[in-house]
Amino acid sequence: MTLLIMVFAAVTVTVKWYTRKDDSMKLGILCFLYWGASIMWLVDALFEYAELRADYFSPALEDMVNDTFLGLSAVAFGLVIWLVRLLVTDPRGSVRRMLKQS
Amino acid sequence: MACFLVSAAEAAIVTAVEKNAEKKESQNEGHVEVKETKIPLSRKLKWLTYLLWGGVAMLAFEHIWHGEVTPFFPFLTAMNSPEDTAEMLHEMATAGVGMAVLLTGVWAGMCAVADRIVKRADNSKTEEETI
Repeated sequence: MTLLIMVFAAVTVTVKWYTRKDDSMKLGILCFLYWGASIMWLVDALFEYAELRADYFSPALEDMVNDTFLGLSAVAFGLVIWLVRLLVTDPRGSVRRMLKQS
Repeated sequence: MACFLVSAAEAAIVTAVEKNAEKKESQNEGHVEVKETKIPLSRKLKWLTYLLWGGVAMLAFEHIWHGEVTPFFPFLTAMNSPEDTAEMLHEMATAGVGMAVLLTGVWAGMCAVADRIVKRADNSKTEEETI
């Protein structure tokens, strides 16, 4: 479930990156972040599948809920990393402008 | 258990190499004629560092979530007993290395495709100019 949520997040951000009008939001970084996590979780899933075989596809409800929460939290964590980087690098100069005003 | 540490080590090395390549490229900027259409190595390496650090950050988060990483020494719960440590090292050698290899492989493929796209765009531009 975690992998699935991360892949959906990666695909969504990549589509958004492809249709962007300019690069000022630095969406590419978020794409790499999510795809990197997706690939690593894919390997994790493959190893788990090799161990559990068919049982891998029928997880307990409690595990599934926990994995869903983890996936959503990971997506939120990625967004926070991206946002902090965006504000620190400040490609649009919005933070700089605001600080100079005050 | 700690499979992300393999990718973290690779990410640290690649980051150092990328910084070095970036430095060399900026030094050579005035001296060597760089092809306009070629993607610089430092840029490609930056893609790999983003992929690796991104994956490492997310997996570290997952390990904290599952209580496998602790804020106190030895930081990994698997280090508490020799049996767990052996299992952790086995996981690092299998899943950890697998993650690093697949990620690097995907990056290599991505670079090859990116080079092709740039070359194709350059070829079509030259064709347009000759017509």
